[in-house]
Amino acid sequence: MLFRVASERDRAAFAVIFDHFAPRVKSFMMRKGASAEVAEDLVQETMIAVWSKAALYVPERGAASTWVFTIARNLRIDRLRRESSAHFTDLEDFDAPSDDVPGDEALNRSQEDSQVARALAQIPPEQRELLILSYVEDVPQSMIAERLNLPLGTVKSRMRLAYRRMRKLLEVVN
Amino acid sequence: MTIVHHLDDATILSYAAGTLGEALSVAAACHISMCAQCRTAVRKAEALGGEMLDDLAATAVSDARRAATLASLDDARAAKPVVVKSDMPAPLQRLLQGQGFDQLRWRKKAPGVSVYELPLSKGAKGSLKLLSIASGMTMLEHGHGGEELTLVLQGAFKDKVGRFARGDIADLDEDTEHCPIIEKGETCICLYATEAPSHYKTLLGRLLQPFLKI
Ligand SMILES: [Zn+2]
Repeated sequence: MLFRVASERDRAAFAVIFDHFAPRVKSFMMRKGASAEVAEDLVQETMIAVWSKAALYVPERGAASTWVFTIARNLRIDRLRRESSAHFTDLEDFDAPSDDVPGDEALNRSQEDSQVARALAQIPPEQRELLILSYVEDVPQSMIAERLNLPLGTVKSRMRLAYRRMRKLLEVVN
Repeated sequence: MTIVHHLDDATILSYAAGTLGEALSVAAACHISMCAQCRTAVRKAEALGGEMLDDLAATAVSDARRAATLASLDDARAAKPVVVKSDMPAPLQRLLQGQGFDQLRWRKKAPGVSVYELPLSKGAKGSLKLLSIASGMTMLEHGHGGEELTLVLQGAFKDKVGRFARGDIADLDEDTEHCPIIEKGETCICLYATEAPSHYKTLLGRLLQPFLKI
């Protein structure tokens, strides 16, 4: 789908992508505290970036949802840091083509999405909670520590555990 | 360049989620721009974010907004890949607007220690600085606030944790106490980010303490 958007500038394909991702990006922004109006501004910016960057999307590097997630994340952070020149940096800026994706990893990318969902269901609830607080609710680790009344060190080691657990689960399936 | 010291997994996760503060995320991005291993780790962490995005319940986008987005596609130009080739990590190069270390107006803070403050957005907590420390200097024993990152850009220092040279990042636990020694030879230049306002417990504070009597 993204491929058709990129190579043929296919508007019908883009509309399908819009209808899938735009309502999720809106939820994503609102969960992070944006008003409906600001969330829709960011939805529009995100989807226009998807259109103009479609040719730069490299399927071997990750699922389409991962790519849209990074675009939405970066645009939101850039809006928060509007006056700053410290733009959130896109990983793609650093990569020479195919410098770091091992072959077997690349092959399994398309299945990775549902695997992530399954892996998420398998980790302990307190680790899952940390992931949701971080990725969806946008709570920094120092605030998580305050909110859960835990030392920062404990929050960090839980985050490490959650991340390693997820990586391991994903590697086992692959 | 062989990188030995990497970002902590908790930092990788915060970076990918977008919750790392501005100063820390610039330092992390600079390391990531130099380190394929951490880049791969960030990608894996971003895949989690993609999954969480996909799992969110949909909130209807207004028809007007949908129409406006589709109508504005004509004006959107196709993005070109940005290829940055430089010794300076790209995120830092952007902040310095292309200036080299020798073109900066360093502020001398103490004999052998100069500091260059990097701009952050208005609301940002913490600070981001370049530190230039003369070779052969020893820093005082210090702990870490748990929310600071030190990336070596030039020269090297050594301590009980190991040797930190160009590309290495110190992302240490709060209970790690150490007293780094700047290696003989080259002046050591580090990018130093902290979330908390600088106080005596941080690396810089301890570095300046004997001179400034903080
Ligand atoms: Zn690394």
